[in-house]
Amino acid sequence: MKRVVALLTITFFTLAWAQEDQLEIFSWWAGDEGPALEALIDLYEQQYPETEVINATVTGGAGVNARAVLKTRMLGGEPPDSFQVHAGQELIGTWVTADRMEDITFIFEEQGWMEAFPQGLIDLISTDEGIWSVPVNIHRSNVMWFVPSNLEEWGVEAPSSWQEFVDTTCPALQDAGVTPLVVGEPWTQVHLWESVALAELGADGWQSLWDGELAFDDPQVVQTFETFSNVMECANEDAAGLTWQQATDRVVNGQAAFNVMGDWAAGYMTTTLDLTPGEDFGWAASPGTDGTFMLLSDSFGLPVGAPHRENAVEWLTLVGSAEAQNVFNPLKGSISPRLDTEASLYNEYSQSALEDYRNDTLVGSLQHGVVAPETFMSEFPGVIQGLAGGGSPQAAAAAAQELANQVGIGD
Amino acid sequence: MRLTRDRLTAILMILPSLVLLGVFVYGFIGRTAYVSLTDWGQNPAQALALNPVISFIGLENYQSLFTSALDSRFRQDLVNTFFFTLFFLLGCLAIGLTLAILLDRRVKGEGFFRTVFLFPMALAFIVTGTIWRWMLQPQGGVNVLPTLIGLPRLQFRWLTSREQVWQFNWQNLPVILGVGVGVILLWLTVLSFRRGRRGRGTVMAVLTAVAAIWTATGARSVEILSYPEPHGFNLALVGIIIAAVWQMSGYTMALYLAGLRGISDDLREAARVDGASELQLFRHVIFPLLGPISLSAVIILGHISLKIFDLIFAMAGPDNIRTSVPALSMYLRAFRANQFAEGAAIAVVLLLMVGAVIIPYLWTQLRGEVRR
Repeated sequence: MKRVVALLTITFFTLAWAQEDQLEIFSWWAGDEGPALEALIDLYEQQYPETEVINATVTGGAGVNARAVLKTRMLGGEPPDSFQVHAGQELIGTWVTADRMEDITFIFEEQGWMEAFPQGLIDLISTDEGIWSVPVNIHRSNVMWFVPSNLEEWGVEAPSSWQEFVDTTCPALQDAGVTPLVVGEPWTQVHLWESVALAELGADGWQSLWDGELAFDDPQVVQTFETFSNVMECANEDAAGLTWQQATDRVVNGQAAFNVMGDWAAGYMTTTLDLTPGEDFGWAASPGTDGTFMLLSDSFGLPVGAPHRENAVEWLTLVGSAEAQNVFNPLKGSISPRLDTEASLYNEYSQSALEDYRNDTLVGSLQHGVVAPETFMSEFPGVIQGLAGGGSPQAAAAAAQELANQVGIGD
Repeated sequence: MRLTRDRLTAILMILPSLVLLGVFVYGFIGRTAYVSLTDWGQNPAQALALNPVISFIGLENYQSLFTSALDSRFRQDLVNTFFFTLFFLLGCLAIGLTLAILLDRRVKGEGFFRTVFLFPMALAFIVTGTIWRWMLQPQGGVNVLPTLIGLPRLQFRWLTSREQVWQFNWQNLPVILGVGVGVILLWLTVLSFRRGRRGRGTVMAVLTAVAAIWTATGARSVEILSYPEPHGFNLALVGIIIAAVWQMSGYTMALYLAGLRGISDDLREAARVDGASELQLFRHVIFPLLGPISLSAVIILGHISLKIFDLIFAMAGPDNIRTSVPALSMYLRAFRANQFAEGAAIAVVLLLMVGAVIIPYLWTQLRGEVRR
């Protein structure tokens, strides 16, 4: 009997505790990225000391594990108060289309964020029905990395187009016994393809591909697969076994000349490898994409049925504010999506990114969730792998189009 | 069968586990099979909705797995599984048997060696996979070993090779299957006649003829794909096969060692007295007696190999299509791409494959028990 009473008491208190003033934040920011999230949570706790914040982090790069856990929780009817998600179609094509998210346009209007964030970004995170998440940071995807002194030694310059890279830069480097371009595991190859496609199609063409106005089997798009094949001829053959960090290492070590990777590579080189931006490593927009900023962004959304909705709205209001973003981004190694950011907070690389972000045409990344829904993103690496393994550009284009039909791009 | 009190208690005792098993194993298998016949996940708006609208579409998912252009990955998965299973089994049996025979010589410190060889099995595949991924790095690990004795470095790309050997055309699959079945039936015919079982032999002979005729006529006219699609053995699997053999050959050794110890010394002595050489002793006495052990090993290793997932995930990553297997595709399809029905269809194919290995085994086992 005593036991039963004890059990009941415990159950009662657990239930009561669950009703308390809490805020559960679900994310995949751990390790190097953990401190940046902690700083955000600290800020929240200062402003709302009576609320208890539960940091529900699921580790794993780019959210691979977190997304699976989130799926389980959402399908099980137990959504967190707010969760981290790549801004754009990764959220819209998965959760918004399934009616699982709340429209948060009202926060944007109340806070005056329609002016604080650039229109190009707001377009990427909205549908006709509303705006779906609050972007916390911006990373750039179309960056080419190199070591300036090495390039000088080999007598080459950062190419200004992929044509130039394939025709001139690549043979020159191969003669010098250097890998012209280093790529890594499958997703980094998709990452490379999006830079190639952006160069071939231009910002408008790239966007119309995802609006369904431009078909994947259009000759223009087939050409992107063709060029990609040619570029891969200049790449290391052991790609599938390298992480992006190992690929970056090869550029730093002088085994390879170039690498196309998002600007978290700058964070890796400055923080982990202790290199100085501009001296020990250099960068340029990936060939043929000067004036275009391909972005990806981490953001937070508001799931339908969040247990502590009021607190979640407070949280979203906070993470979109200039104050929070100025604390968060320098720690994270990204830049703030807001137009009123203090540039002096950032290092040399990030300052240049900030400058480009404000002046360039903004487009969204495929690999990092902005322009295509999860199903497409998940299957597309297979298409690129088939191409890298000697498949024909036409076959890749046909497969990509079939995929696009399947997920209803352009419907 | 009378319901005694004793029997009633027994039934009550196992009832809870029967119910749990019924719900959580067979119920879920049934549920998966049902989902595989629906379109859950085709429409992203319904995939994760609160009350998704799911409609029944019959065998469409299966049809697309075997015939649609987008699913060539799945077909290569099946080919990969075939070759992986083949080499994994051969490797484990050969190495396990060799080790067991060597250890059976009553070597000094046998216990030590036994532990050393059996130890890899104590590790999880995910651990083995991580370690072997480091060792098979293109620019380090195994490839630099020869430099220790002054030889040039190996250049082989263990996990990242893009080469494919023994290619065949998926369109020819019916013919290949027909020939395979025909050869097995022919073998059974010959075996039956040799053992003097006339009736059985005749039936087998008729079946062989049917298979041959079908292969020559019907199989050629079946059109699976409208275009040629080459599949073959991906060399990138070599690294994974090595790691898997390393992990499981110690276990095979333990099985064989037990088998060898089970063969009485009297039997060996008798053979020796009859004038058998050591080789003949193995060929005619020991190997036949190890037959059942080999069968158990093949069954156990076979089902491990058919459903292998973690080793490959850790060694080559989920997106490397050259080393992909059905279990990996099933996971990605269902839980990353939200295509639940297609994922379920792959799961059912996997279940059938494992069933094809396990059920005949269970059947012979049960039949044996009844006879006893």
